[in-house]
Amino acid sequence: MNLKEIFEQFNVPAQCKKYGLPLWQCPHFLFLAMGIIIIGSTLAVYAIGSRYVEDPQVITLIVLLVTAILFTIAVIITRSFERLAEANRMKSEFISVVSHQLRSPLSNLRWVIELLTSGRVNGVSEKQLEYFKILKENSTRMRELVSDLLIVSKIETAKLPLKKKEIFLEDLVRKIIKELESFAKASNVKIELKAQENLPKVFVDPSQILLVIENLLDNAIRYIKEKGQVEIKLEKREKNLYFEIKDNGVGIPKEDQKYIFQKFFRSENVMRYQTQGSGLGLYITKSIVNRSGGKIGFKSQEGIGSTFWFILPIK
Amino acid sequence: MKKILFIEDESTLQKTFGEILKSEGCEVIPALDGEIGLRLAKNKKPDLILLDLILPKVNGFEVLKKLKAEVETKNIPVIVLTNLEGIGDVDKAIELGATTYLVKADYSLEEVVEKIKKALGE
Repeated sequence: MNLKEIFEQFNVPAQCKKYGLPLWQCPHFLFLAMGIIIIGSTLAVYAIGSRYVEDPQVITLIVLLVTAILFTIAVIITRSFERLAEANRMKSEFISVVSHQLRSPLSNLRWVIELLTSGRVNGVSEKQLEYFKILKENSTRMRELVSDLLIVSKIETAKLPLKKKEIFLEDLVRKIIKELESFAKASNVKIELKAQENLPKVFVDPSQILLVIENLLDNAIRYIKEKGQVEIKLEKREKNLYFEIKDNGVGIPKEDQKYIFQKFFRSENVMRYQTQGSGLGLYITKSIVNRSGGKIGFKSQEGIGSTFWFILPIK
Repeated sequence: MKKILFIEDESTLQKTFGEILKSEGCEVIPALDGEIGLRLAKNKKPDLILLDLILPKVNGFEVLKKLKAEVETKNIPVIVLTNLEGIGDVDKAIELGATTYLVKADYSLEEVVEKIKKALGE
């Protein structure tokens, strides 16, 4: 470790950012906190010792001993935290590199299939076309999975910058409803939007909030079996804008509800009805809402439906 | 017939785009690395250049810089078609003079063809 590296270690905020960890979980901050605790304890030992022990040499010895023990413990704890944080960072970086590497062959694959199904290539039979369509669907799924993984790794390494602007959430919601209209129609689902009049703007990164609403609406449509309805509500509530999406889909079993915002978690009933999905959508959704200064929640009953909501701060 | 220079090291993509752009009535000149791309841009005077950024010999940013520095090639519109998606990369390419920046994973083949046609003024 050279001098520059040692000084870099003292830049606590920068080091914490590198690991994408909050301050209280960051090894460098913990080390600093432990240092302060050690100094405090040393002074306390000295104060107590000088009151009850007469020989100053014994006091010095006790103080040195306590300091040495505390310091050793602090080093061990922070080192192990650092190793954990480093392992976590490497995992996220690994996912990022692998996902990037997968993107090129995936887009090649997708484009070749698109060319084959476009009618521009002669000699493709009906039967072949049917199979190409299956390939196309699966390459789309792979692309979505890779892009979800990339977003997750960016969130975890704190490399997803927030480019905030003032926007009307209603405009964004209408745009997404339009995008998913054909999917809803094909799934026999009606989408209804109830927005309060004269809603104020919210201060968010539109490209990220788009992902949030897209994920919630896509889930609502996807998990409605047979015929159904999705209701979206937009309201102003104190200093926040409230978004709610209600469906009459399969719902989330009670025992699964505490896990649904976890990475890769997929509810058992969903697996039974529907095989598609990465289990990353709600994790990404929650991370983005939290990063944007909002809150997210839901209530759900199996067989009846789910209602997801989030609030975002009004500027 | 419009001439398109396609600087891309992946032969699968060369073939796919060659096929689809031919069916659109364009001639595609393939270049598998940055050096060949620069040479062909001068010699063949294409109407449009499709440029990947990760390329052997001379990378895409360098190619773009050199294309825009030469009198003969500086007015040819360049569409960057890549999988690099960092904000820094996009800004750099636009600053160097790229007309459009497309991330491969975000566009379908038809959408890319539409962008090409638009850049060709069709």
